[in-house]
Amino acid sequence: MKRYFLRRLIFAVITLIAATMLVFGLSRVAGDPMLLYAKPGGYGMSPERIATLEKRLGLDRPLVIQYFMWMGRLLQGDLGNTITTETPVATLLRDRIPATLQLAATSFVFAIMLGIPLGVLSAIKRGTFWDYLGRSIALFGQAMPVFWVGIMGILIFAVMLDWLPPGTAGSRDAPLISKLQYFILPTVTLGWLPAAAFLRLTRSAMLEVMDSEYIKLARAKGVSDQKIIWKHAFKNAILQPLTLAAITLAGFITGTVVIERVFSWPGVGQLTVQAVWNNDFPTLTATVLLWTLAFLVLNFLADVAYAYLDPRIRLS
Amino acid sequence: MAVAETTTSLDQDRPARVRYVGSFWQFVRRWPVIPVFILTILLIMGLGAPWLAPDDPIRQSLADRNAPPSFVDGSSSHLLGADHVGRDLLSRMLYGARISLAVMAIALSAGLVVGTTLGIISGYFGGLTDEIITRAVDIWMGFPFLLLALIVAIVIGSSVPIVMGLLALLAWSSFVRNVRANVLVLKEADHVAMARVMGASTLRILVRHIMPGIVGTVTVIASLQVGQLILAEATLSFLGAGIPLPTPSWGNMIADARDYLQTAWWTSTFPGLALFLTVMALNFLGDWLRDRLDPRLRQI
Repeated sequence: MKRYFLRRLIFAVITLIAATMLVFGLSRVAGDPMLLYAKPGGYGMSPERIATLEKRLGLDRPLVIQYFMWMGRLLQGDLGNTITTETPVATLLRDRIPATLQLAATSFVFAIMLGIPLGVLSAIKRGTFWDYLGRSIALFGQAMPVFWVGIMGILIFAVMLDWLPPGTAGSRDAPLISKLQYFILPTVTLGWLPAAAFLRLTRSAMLEVMDSEYIKLARAKGVSDQKIIWKHAFKNAILQPLTLAAITLAGFITGTVVIERVFSWPGVGQLTVQAVWNNDFPTLTATVLLWTLAFLVLNFLADVAYAYLDPRIRLS
Repeated sequence: MAVAETTTSLDQDRPARVRYVGSFWQFVRRWPVIPVFILTILLIMGLGAPWLAPDDPIRQSLADRNAPPSFVDGSSSHLLGADHVGRDLLSRMLYGARISLAVMAIALSAGLVVGTTLGIISGYFGGLTDEIITRAVDIWMGFPFLLLALIVAIVIGSSVPIVMGLLALLAWSSFVRNVRANVLVLKEADHVAMARVMGASTLRILVRHIMPGIVGTVTVIASLQVGQLILAEATLSFLGAGIPLPTPSWGNMIADARDYLQTAWWTSTFPGLALFLTVMALNFLGDWLRDRLDPRLRQI
């Protein structure tokens, strides 16, 4: 058990380090960082001045040392300043994280509330309307580009029907209840794909479990249908969707970036896209590392949950 | 008597008609008719874009800004309407299909060749090489791809070749995993052991005895990957890190259209619909191929 966790943890750390190296490496590919201060021979900077500046910034050291210096600053929470407004990236991130977390939370709840019950329903009522409904949701969810679903949502519910606001998270100080309407479209759009995944996984897991011997035995003993489904089958079937939730989480992070762009949602995802447009490398670095970290933590938690729920993994 | 007659005459033609309709349905259910039809249209659209397109896809026209489709407003000269700078939507979609096809063909073949080769090496030789390749794939799959693509887009700038390279980077890893699993089984097979006993060289074993066995897996993975790659390309282009404007791509057309939802619904609806139908067709075709060629891959 301990060895298993340790292995997963070491693995996550290695991935994170690989990510930082990748980001750092790419930042050097972008060109000599001195060019941020002076064009070669330009801006009246003497070679001596450039040399002292390089020394102060550590740019005269080998690349490996520079990487460790950069990592050191990163670990102290110094993410640098944005290129556009010169504000510290850390402050910007702190401002933006809550909006993203709120949206992620509502979408995750939506995906589970829609996907799992519908998956169970489509498994136990195989071949009926519910089954077809569930399977079409899964099929459409996988084939439609997330950003297009969002835009069609705005077109239909905001522009044509005028029921919902077309974007943003509403004013910051507005009471929560009046902000709820801003959540509906982004939540459904972002939650759609994970819901489809949960649905598909729950359905196939339920079908497999319902076919097993112990369910037949329970039936033969005269246990009621409700009890068989929820107490005997569901508890075992839920394992697989839970673990594979980690895979859907990858899409979740990508989805957040796209959805925040579609709905002008004031979160980290939009910050990331704006950084791309403004060629704002410090901001992009910080956001990408944050996303990677979130991704790895979620993956690790999923592994832990799986091991906890399934003794075969834990003991092997 | 009369009643009996009518029933018999009904009975006589019903089975024939039912059989005819039924066999048509059987055919549609058994073979991927609809997906292949959609993909053929896509192929014709892409390959024939220069001849089929009614207009130059990047020629702007102030007079035609957000012109509606001609089936909505008869006076319009654009079959599917025009975008916010008056470019013909149908022409852009045709050329967009062309770009998508080119990007897919190159990215997929690159990913396929690299991934399959690594998969064979990893599965056949095992040992440290296997360990390194498998771990590299694990780490790669644990990294959110889209974000890497965004960084590359900033650092190197976005262009069509860059998008191809990025998508190839997205494609290779699932080939490695599945080919490796397949090779692990194959190399223990009797015919491979036999070849080894008879003194066949490693290269000969790989080419003559292992490769034919993984063709099915590779085909299935490739067909399931294309849809994902198309979605990834569209997403990148939508975020401004994919195919650069004014070159049309379905993704950047939708991105462009986002700000004109109030005035021009067609500019965002049609490219998205094309994307959706294409990916749907590819998914169906991939599922069908998987069931035929390699049902073991069903878990993925």
